[in-house]
Amino acid sequence: MGFIIDQALLWPVLIPLLGAALCASLWTRPDLQRVVSFSALVLMAAASLLLLSLTMEGVLLSRSFGGWQAPFGISFAADRLSAAMVSISGVLAVAAAVFGLADIRRRQEKSGFYPLLLGMLTAVNGAFLTGDIFNLYVWFEIMLITAMGLLVIDRTRAQLDGTFKYAVLNLFSTLLFLLAIAVVYGVTGTLNMADLARVLPQTQSSAALAFAAALFLIGFGIKAGFFPLFFWLPASYHTASITIAAIFAGLLTKVGVYACFRVFSLLFEAGAGMRDVIAIMAAGTMLFGVFGAAVQWDVRRILSFHIISQIGYILLGLALATPLAMAGAIFYIIHHIIVKANLFLLAGAIYRASGTYDLRKAGGLMRSHPLLAVLFAIPALSLAGIPPLSGFWAKFMVIDASFQAGQGWLAAVGLFVGLLTVFSMSKIWVEAFWKAAPTPRTVVRPVPRVMLLAIAGLATLTVWIGVQPEPFISFATAAGQTLLDPQVYATGVLGEAGTSGGTP
Amino acid sequence: MNLVYCAGIAAIMGCGIFMLLSRHIMRIIFGVMLISASVNMTIFLAGRIGPFAPPLVRSGETVLDATAANPLPQALVLTAIVIGFSLVAFAAALALQTFRSSGTLDTRELDQAERLGSPENKEARP
Repeated sequence: MGFIIDQALLWPVLIPLLGAALCASLWTRPDLQRVVSFSALVLMAAASLLLLSLTMEGVLLSRSFGGWQAPFGISFAADRLSAAMVSISGVLAVAAAVFGLADIRRRQEKSGFYPLLLGMLTAVNGAFLTGDIFNLYVWFEIMLITAMGLLVIDRTRAQLDGTFKYAVLNLFSTLLFLLAIAVVYGVTGTLNMADLARVLPQTQSSAALAFAAALFLIGFGIKAGFFPLFFWLPASYHTASITIAAIFAGLLTKVGVYACFRVFSLLFEAGAGMRDVIAIMAAGTMLFGVFGAAVQWDVRRILSFHIISQIGYILLGLALATPLAMAGAIFYIIHHIIVKANLFLLAGAIYRASGTYDLRKAGGLMRSHPLLAVLFAIPALSLAGIPPLSGFWAKFMVIDASFQAGQGWLAAVGLFVGLLTVFSMSKIWVEAFWKAAPTPRTVVRPVPRVMLLAIAGLATLTVWIGVQPEPFISFATAAGQTLLDPQVYATGVLGEAGTSGGTP
Repeated sequence: MNLVYCAGIAAIMGCGIFMLLSRHIMRIIFGVMLISASVNMTIFLAGRIGPFAPPLVRSGETVLDATAANPLPQALVLTAIVIGFSLVAFAAALALQTFRSSGTLDTRELDQAERLGSPENKEARP
């Protein structure tokens, strides 16, 4: 037991990695792979919740690998934000796997769904936990290649086309990220993020550092889907199989957002000029995401565009960079991961029930599937920000923060986008659930129980956060404060005395 | 000397971005490769090209000789090359499969993802 707690930082990465290896070695036995991956996911979720409970008090866990001290070796570190991200991805992965029991087809299992999924979760957790900027790049690339494998798993023409767009833009973004690392390394001579947090404030600001900051913003911006860099997302996500799309929607863009938060709080204190740029990006992300959704008729496409508009709210927190805004952004990330993934799972259930993703052809589900209608209403209203669901508190915190920071126009954009979100969600509701089906069916297609179970589980979390927001808000506030004080992170990883980076 | 290196890297990256903007998928992949190569060289240059002695710690000592080359950029570049290779290999396989199923590598004619669930009434071919 002591060993398990001592190594708490490792398990969220090690368990899915071992699971992926085991699944890959059981390539010809999909039934065994299912068992292995399911138990690995449950263990991973348990391990990440353990990590969360250890960091809850504000302890920063860190460890270095290979017997090298912190600034020289690769180190892992977990503060409240990292632990929360890891836990929420663990919970989401389990829910998606439960849903997948009814959705993943044999053919997809034979194409390596389980090893790829576990590999992607390894990379996602690695990116959340690493304390080394080059290591972060490596996790990004592992995430990219496994995500491409999952995206193209059926090898249809649409998937090949979507994956290629995804591949090129994301490859370009990671190359920009790598270039930024090279520049930062050239200036400071260190790659450890805690060490960089100490060295960079003492370094004279130069054109090279400003260039690196801009590259980080663009590189992560493409990953996270910021305006005007988000075009790959709605071009590819709707082609994926729905379980995979749900995991992507919940996690992948959020890794980009997380990296952005880490780099722009720890490494670069965003100056006034940078913040204005981020604020304009945030407003654009919110607006164009929701406008894009308004013209769509395919549920998956509507939801893909809504990922972007919601990312805008999170970016708003970074643009303001006040303690309240940071807390709001962190709360928003947690809320958004659950709700957005759940909406994609619901899209899968709607497809099961009506046989189409096209809202023009769907209908009548309220009469035939009343439970599904109720379960849809919860995340949909939460996404739109209707009290008392989690989205209301998330939006409230972010918009309150923008009023308090004197940026009323950002608050106005946020509220307007919230209104349009209601429009989009009611469009899905009216078309899929309320109106009579255009081609009436005599036989009711049942939605498998496990699908409803996964959806209900995530919906319960949404309601729980909405009704009991207090612990989550105080957690997000504490996490936001840690994020705004880089010295906490630096001291946690390097110790009091610390060493500064050597000159290369 | 640094300026010469910089000019070389800039030229390679410029070629890479030019290729990336092409309509042909193979050229796009070559563009990514060129950009990747130029970024790798930037890492190498960021570690300063100076001493050439191999960075080996003599037995009994704990620190590297001051005359030794910087080992870190080499480790970083090797990692980046391996990762870049695997991703380009995947992209090439993707291009091959695209050509087999669609019969073209011209991005103007590859619009299956756009057709799928398009708001206009264009039916997607499976």
